[in-house]
Amino acid sequence: APPKAIPKTIENQRVYDETTVDPNDEEVAFDEATDEFAPYFNRQTVPKILITTSDRPRGRTVRFCEQLATVIPNSHVYYRRGLALKRIIPQCIARDFTDLIVINEDRKIPNGLVLSHLPDGPTAHFRMSSVRLRKEIKRKGKEPTEHVPEVILNNFTTRLGHSIGRMFAALFPHDPQFIGRQVATFHNQRDYIFFRFHRYIFKSEKKVGIQELGPRFTLKLRSLQKGTFDSKFGEYEWIHKRREMDTSRRKFHL
Amino acid sequence: TKTQNFCRNEYNLTGLCNRSSCPLANSQYATVREEKGRCYLYMKTIERAAFPRRLWERVLLNKNYEKALEEIDENLIYWPRFIRHKCKQRFTKITQYLIRIRKLTLRRQRKLVPLRRKIERRENRREEKALIAAQLDSAIEKELLERLKQDTYGDIYNFPIHAFDKALQQQDAESESDSEAEREEEEDDDEDVDKREFVEAEDSELSDFEDMDKLETSSEEEQEGEEEVERKGSHCKSKGKTPLKGPARRKRPHIEIEYEEETEPSTRTRAA
Repeated sequence: APPKAIPKTIENQRVYDETTVDPNDEEVAFDEATDEFAPYFNRQTVPKILITTSDRPRGRTVRFCEQLATVIPNSHVYYRRGLALKRIIPQCIARDFTDLIVINEDRKIPNGLVLSHLPDGPTAHFRMSSVRLRKEIKRKGKEPTEHVPEVILNNFTTRLGHSIGRMFAALFPHDPQFIGRQVATFHNQRDYIFFRFHRYIFKSEKKVGIQELGPRFTLKLRSLQKGTFDSKFGEYEWIHKRREMDTSRRKFHL
Repeated sequence: TKTQNFCRNEYNLTGLCNRSSCPLANSQYATVREEKGRCYLYMKTIERAAFPRRLWERVLLNKNYEKALEEIDENLIYWPRFIRHKCKQRFTKITQYLIRIRKLTLRRQRKLVPLRRKIERRENRREEKALIAAQLDSAIEKELLERLKQDTYGDIYNFPIHAFDKALQQQDAESESDSEAEREEEEDDDEDVDKREFVEAEDSELSDFEDMDKLETSSEEEQEGEEEVERKGSHCKSKGKTPLKGPARRKRPHIEIEYEEETEPSTRTRAA
């Protein structure tokens, strides 16, 4: 009998992306040392995050914002009573915020996320789907504590994915408190980024148990802009163009 | 409206279909219409009724509100009162809404992007498949174990199994028994830790055991009950996955035993 063949999955058949990051690539390393996240990765800045919504947030979005604020340490939720983003950005910079998250809402559920690194950093616009609040997750854990969680970033292979991964990493303070045993995971799979927040415990050397607490959501990247959020004049580093980019089932960009 | 119809003619002055305000019915008629923010006065006279192309005469009105009203007056002099009055009313309304438009464009506009149903469905489907392909839990567990191996956690978790193996290899039986005792103590410590943290989970297990009891009483044969217990046990394991940590370990060896009645009270005493 012929030997069992390796089953073909979409991940196996993925069209080779030329922008895949090689861990030893010097150019990439140099880029990363000089881009906007360098102060964060050199531990010069402590992340401070402002979470806000679009106008008139409804109950679900409000609760989601609060839960997100508990998940991400050093974050503050401010409601936006019709204030223009262009005007609050200078104020945020003045008050020393490093990141801004805007959760866009449609028909009472959150469906979009704009994440921008503040001192003139890249802005990423995501489509958010499948949002589960804490009480909808089947588990018996308590709320996340105030400890700084660890961060896991999975599967961010291409250049674009790398920069997005660094953006996510920049949200969390650098030194996770292992006493808290909490971990926030951003897992990229086929251009969908799944966010989960768990508490783990090591049962033995080879076994770990995880318990899901905290909200969960999935993101799909829509566009990445170079500067801070600017819909008219910003230069887009990457936009998802449906006609060109959604043609092949095996081609992914993140 | 209930009593009146709307007139579809674009040159209508009031918007209602009446004999007095129909541009087709009256040979002398005037309207105010605006194009691209500028208001015009359109007039129709009897003399030009034979020339449809030149029928409507257009006069640009002043941007100033009062001057425009005067212009309307001087153009429509000697015209019936009704038409003059309605023209001015219409002009007023038009200027008001133009002002409102200008004010709104200054504020933030909400851009409505239409959802495409087919694309939405496609995206949702792909997301589900990606979720299944991702196997998040196992990926996270693997990553955490990797980090444990690479010693990122430092000295917090001590599973010095390697040290024990070395001790076993190097030393004699006496040291073996010592290390075994240490290992047992460590396991007990872990179990104590689990006991302390997951008290709530144990309460749930009690309820699970009660269900098992009911299953037992309902089932006639031991074998049937066994299977149910095993299924229930595995079901408990997979359903909880999360809170069943310490107690799950203790439960597993018991399910393999044949006689259920013995397992029941023993696990209950353990849990208590």
